[in-house]
Amino acid sequence: MNSTSIRRAIVPGLAILTVAVSGCAAGNDTSGSTPSGSTLSGTLNGGGSSAQEAAQGVWRAQFQSANGDGVTVNYDPVGSGTGRENFISGAYTFAGSDSALSTDAGELNNAKKRCGGEDPIEVPAYVSPIAVVYNVAGVDNLQLSAATIAKIFDGKITTWDDPAIAAENAGATLPSTTITPVHRSDDSGTTNNFTDYLSQAAGGAWSYPADGVWPKSSGEAAEGTSGLVAAVGSGDGTIGYADESQVGSLGVASIKVGSEYVAPTAEGAAKVLAISPRVQGRASVDMAIQVDRTTTEPGAYPLLLASYLIACQHYDDANDAALVKGYLSYVVSADGQQAAAAQAGSAPLDSSLQAEAAGIVDKIAGK
Amino acid sequence: MSVTTTEAEPRQESTPRSRGDRIFAGTAKAAGLAILVALAGVFLFLTIEGIPGLTQPAADYAPHNTFLTYVAPLIFGTILAALLALVLAVPFAFGIALFISHYAPRRLAGPVAYVIDLLAAVPSVVFGLWGARVLAPYLVPAHEWLATHLSWLPFFAGPASVTGKTVFTAGIVLAIMILPIITAISREVFAQTPRLDEEAALALGATRWEMIRLSVFPYARSGMVSAVMLGLGRALGETMAVAMVLSASPVVTLNLISNTNPATIASNIASSFAEATPAKLHVLIATGLVLFAFTFAMNFAARWVVGRGQRRMAR
Repeated sequence: MNSTSIRRAIVPGLAILTVAVSGCAAGNDTSGSTPSGSTLSGTLNGGGSSAQEAAQGVWRAQFQSANGDGVTVNYDPVGSGTGRENFISGAYTFAGSDSALSTDAGELNNAKKRCGGEDPIEVPAYVSPIAVVYNVAGVDNLQLSAATIAKIFDGKITTWDDPAIAAENAGATLPSTTITPVHRSDDSGTTNNFTDYLSQAAGGAWSYPADGVWPKSSGEAAEGTSGLVAAVGSGDGTIGYADESQVGSLGVASIKVGSEYVAPTAEGAAKVLAISPRVQGRASVDMAIQVDRTTTEPGAYPLLLASYLIACQHYDDANDAALVKGYLSYVVSADGQQAAAAQAGSAPLDSSLQAEAAGIVDKIAGK
Repeated sequence: MSVTTTEAEPRQESTPRSRGDRIFAGTAKAAGLAILVALAGVFLFLTIEGIPGLTQPAADYAPHNTFLTYVAPLIFGTILAALLALVLAVPFAFGIALFISHYAPRRLAGPVAYVIDLLAAVPSVVFGLWGARVLAPYLVPAHEWLATHLSWLPFFAGPASVTGKTVFTAGIVLAIMILPIITAISREVFAQTPRLDEEAALALGATRWEMIRLSVFPYARSGMVSAVMLGLGRALGETMAVAMVLSASPVVTLNLISNTNPATIASNIASSFAEATPAKLHVLIATGLVLFAFTFAMNFAARWVVGRGQRRMAR
């Protein structure tokens, strides 16, 4: 390195800097002025569920541009468990979580303590159907019941022309290819909801409990949703499960609900959430939902992931309270839900659930 | 050891040392100490954060129950993938290095060496993407062939994976990744062989291969072991490429071509880290400590082997 090469680097370096600075300035021009009526300012820190990451990105961008430069919302996709722990410890003002606060390890009580003895708020914010995806040459339309899916993933059904699959797909020509079920190798909320669905809806064909880590220690595994989709796409005779918005051109199976077969849709997932019972013994501000995986409602799609936002009813700092209220109100509003649906592929909340959630977060206040 | 020989020589304290000299000596000393401090810091961090990971509730070791049963398949997978990579890469690397240092015409040796070095600059995540998306599907027929014709070997028991995301593929990707390190170092040591040794061997009527065997290899042995050790170190610690290529399960199996493969420690940390609770994080760091200790022991053993070999040669 000598002075000439440094000088050579200075000119393009300055050019880049100029562009970057002017880019910032241009950005300020469009969103610089605080819209009238917005009195929010400060930084809101939250984090948790990585499933919510894409939707949180949409919400943060919309919320920040609607409230001007003074407002910053941070969402750290560290995982649901860590998100809940950081909320309880006070590091996060709100948390995103793929499962509601549990009563097992005193988590709910600890959250209560963190909120000054009051029940914490839990509202569903991100709902997404999980698709059963497959790649079998010559099969364009696949119908499966929960019990058949369970047997496939448990290794009990090993070829695509198995009588159990043939019985559900009358008229389809099924090849004798070996079935290769693909699961997630990382700890994930998608796996948790998929195994929860199998253990509840498969009628005993699935003997493992719901867990974010795949319960069997064999079979094809892939890293992350994109890795799983790629693995299913690259093999012949593969089957897997993935967030419905990420499946690309893979075949998507319809699952048996009642007596008919239902393809994954946002409406079907939202419908299940609307008719599912609440977890027993929770406060009125706690919308923890026991997703009804065994529903027989026509058009419902019970294989879904429901992710919550967790916050307190009252905050010591009035500014914190105003920020949380403002942000969460936007997230659960019809606008926020539609924005996430359009850009992150989630299912908007059913109108009655949406109204209830909006009512709850509207009461957030300072002490 | 080199340190003791310099101490033994009479120091030239009488000559006044210039300021530049002192500054240079100080910087060099600081750099040398900094690496020791960094290593000690890493070790301390791993120990302090990892010890609680040895005694977490059984749920954190799912699907196993204790730390030992949790880490055993991981360490097995780490060694299996790294050994496979070494078996594939070492003959190639020494071959390329010899070609560059002794066989190739000068005009060809330069560009080949340059291209090999360039391979080391490719980020591992790119190797991972390439391995998982391109190489793995491409190797599926090879897996099927191995399963059909060599299934009597435990390594190829099958059934063949339909996606090609196996230890076999991961080993090939790792081999390509460690190839430039081993090649670059062994090329340098081969080139250092004294010209007189080589000419003496040739003068005694040795063919070129005999000359290499008689004069280059004995001279370069410790450098070759160092090169292999550095390659092994990278293979043991490689994270993203393995995590992306491998279809991992918590099992111990020698079967290289089925869809059930043991994960490696580093790839397991990468895949479990994102959703890890603090308790699980301790467990993951404890596995990192195991890898640290293992790599350390491995290097130590290699040094000992080299040292013994050199003593025998000196006698």
